[in-house]
Amino acid sequence: MAEIFTAAFWAKYGDLLLENTWDTLVMVVISTVFAYLIGLPLGVLLVMTQEHGIRPNKWINRILGWIINVGRSLPFIILMIAIMDFTKLIVGTKIGVKGAIVPLVVSAAPFIARMVETSLMEVDAGVIEAAQSMGASTFQIIWKVYLPESRPSLVLGGAISIVTILAYTAIAGAVGAGGLGDLAIRYGYNRKIPSMMLVTVILIIVLVQIIQSVFSWLSKHIDKRLK
Amino acid sequence: MSESIIQIRHLTKTFGDGDGAVHALEDINLDIRQGEIFGIIGLSGAGKSTLVRCINLLERPTSGSVVVDGREMTGLSEKELRLARRDVTMIFQSFNLLMQRTCLKNVCFPMELCGVPAAQAKKRAQELLEIVGLGDKANAYPSQLSGGQKQRVAIARALATDPKVLLCDEATSALDPTTTASILALLKDLNQKLGVTVVVITHQMSVIEEICSRVAILDGGVVAEQGAVEEIFSNPKTDAARRLVYPGGVSAAQYPASTRAVRVAFNGGTAYQPLIASLAIDCGVKVNILGADTRNIDGKAFGTMLLGLPEDPNEAAKALSYIRSQPNVTAEEVEYHG
Repeated sequence: MAEIFTAAFWAKYGDLLLENTWDTLVMVVISTVFAYLIGLPLGVLLVMTQEHGIRPNKWINRILGWIINVGRSLPFIILMIAIMDFTKLIVGTKIGVKGAIVPLVVSAAPFIARMVETSLMEVDAGVIEAAQSMGASTFQIIWKVYLPESRPSLVLGGAISIVTILAYTAIAGAVGAGGLGDLAIRYGYNRKIPSMMLVTVILIIVLVQIIQSVFSWLSKHIDKRLK
Repeated sequence: MSESIIQIRHLTKTFGDGDGAVHALEDINLDIRQGEIFGIIGLSGAGKSTLVRCINLLERPTSGSVVVDGREMTGLSEKELRLARRDVTMIFQSFNLLMQRTCLKNVCFPMELCGVPAAQAKKRAQELLEIVGLGDKANAYPSQLSGGQKQRVAIARALATDPKVLLCDEATSALDPTTTASILALLKDLNQKLGVTVVVITHQMSVIEEICSRVAILDGGVVAEQGAVEEIFSNPKTDAARRLVYPGGVSAAQYPASTRAVRVAFNGGTAYQPLIASLAIDCGVKVNILGADTRNIDGKAFGTMLLGLPEDPNEAAKALSYIRSQPNVTAEEVEYHG
């Protein structure tokens, strides 16, 4: 495997690695954005409708919780296959980077909803009560209290969500989604090139480390409770 | 000045229903006057925090009426209620500041909620921080402040909408005695300067005696007693009041049944008289101090002492009449059931 240190190896596979790293990043970023667009409001709704929330609603809370649990119980690989027709309906294809994004979003959104819920619940109930005592509306409490006050925790949750989505993209690679996971399977496993397996694994580890470090730093940096 | 700004009538609050129902408040009737500092005191679980939340409707009363500044609070729509809350603001035991905002931004917060332009809100917030003595902390975050400073920021924030009533829910209970005194002094000062009516919820009699003019004693969800602080202090009529006024307990039951005793109340004489000494000198009667809880309010003596009288009935009668002849002192012979 020492060949990964040779110029010949990089001349041969460099472009391929770069291209697939890019694909991975595109899948991760786009899926994360859409998954948050769905998961964040759902997480907020979960917290709002809790028994002691600002808009208690037992039924919405239960039904939503149930749907989220179902979404989270399905293994990604099964969900991906199960919703292929839906995927085609949305993006016009079942495969490739585009085809992977739909199941990634569907799978990550419930996960993110729970992450957001956990973060928001860390906000001191007394602070919410104070905002209510000042005449804040439901929207104002969400927008000006819940979200800003839980920002450091949301950012940390963001890192966990992104890393989870990154792991899913590798699984998506198994059905031809492209990206580093795809590369590992096609070159590392099918074509028995151990160096390719090694490099893709290293690249994924490096990506995870970078994402975690950046988000941890950011979370600390923006948290005014620590100063 | 003596007009009621808060009128509470037949207020009840029940949590839960059926067998598990908890009657937190029962038939509460209170009148809080414009511009006064009114105290609501009670032990933990007496319902005082629930009561104060029924004033701004953070808790909706199960029945009864709450009129604040002429408005029936229980009849307001959600939107009207949000507007009304700008006039009835609140501070808390745990301060409840927004931890991710600077002090200035915390004070801006209620103004932001009602759409005051940012520049104007900032200017007003800075003024309010000056008023509470934290003009130099505008850009500090709450985590950088001491408990007393946090409460000052919370007070500034509560004043941002020019409220008519300031509700203080155990506002000093998390603070040390020195800081408590300074926060109470600030509240008293704001009450006098701004004319804001202050409602103080506490379990500490010392807080009531420090700043309140009138007090209601809450016990087991009912108002046991209410009136002028001096009155209740010098002559508590109910058990609940006695327990709060003399937490150390000048309780007759603690002493031997054979002892005759007299409860002496100091009702605000200019100083403590050396009563025991003069009893011995003037009448030649020796008495035992069985218990005492006396305080100094505005330079006047308040409180009670429980004195054990001599066994000899003549001497006891002599001592009793001597005590009764003293100014600003009332004496009452206490029945023992020990």
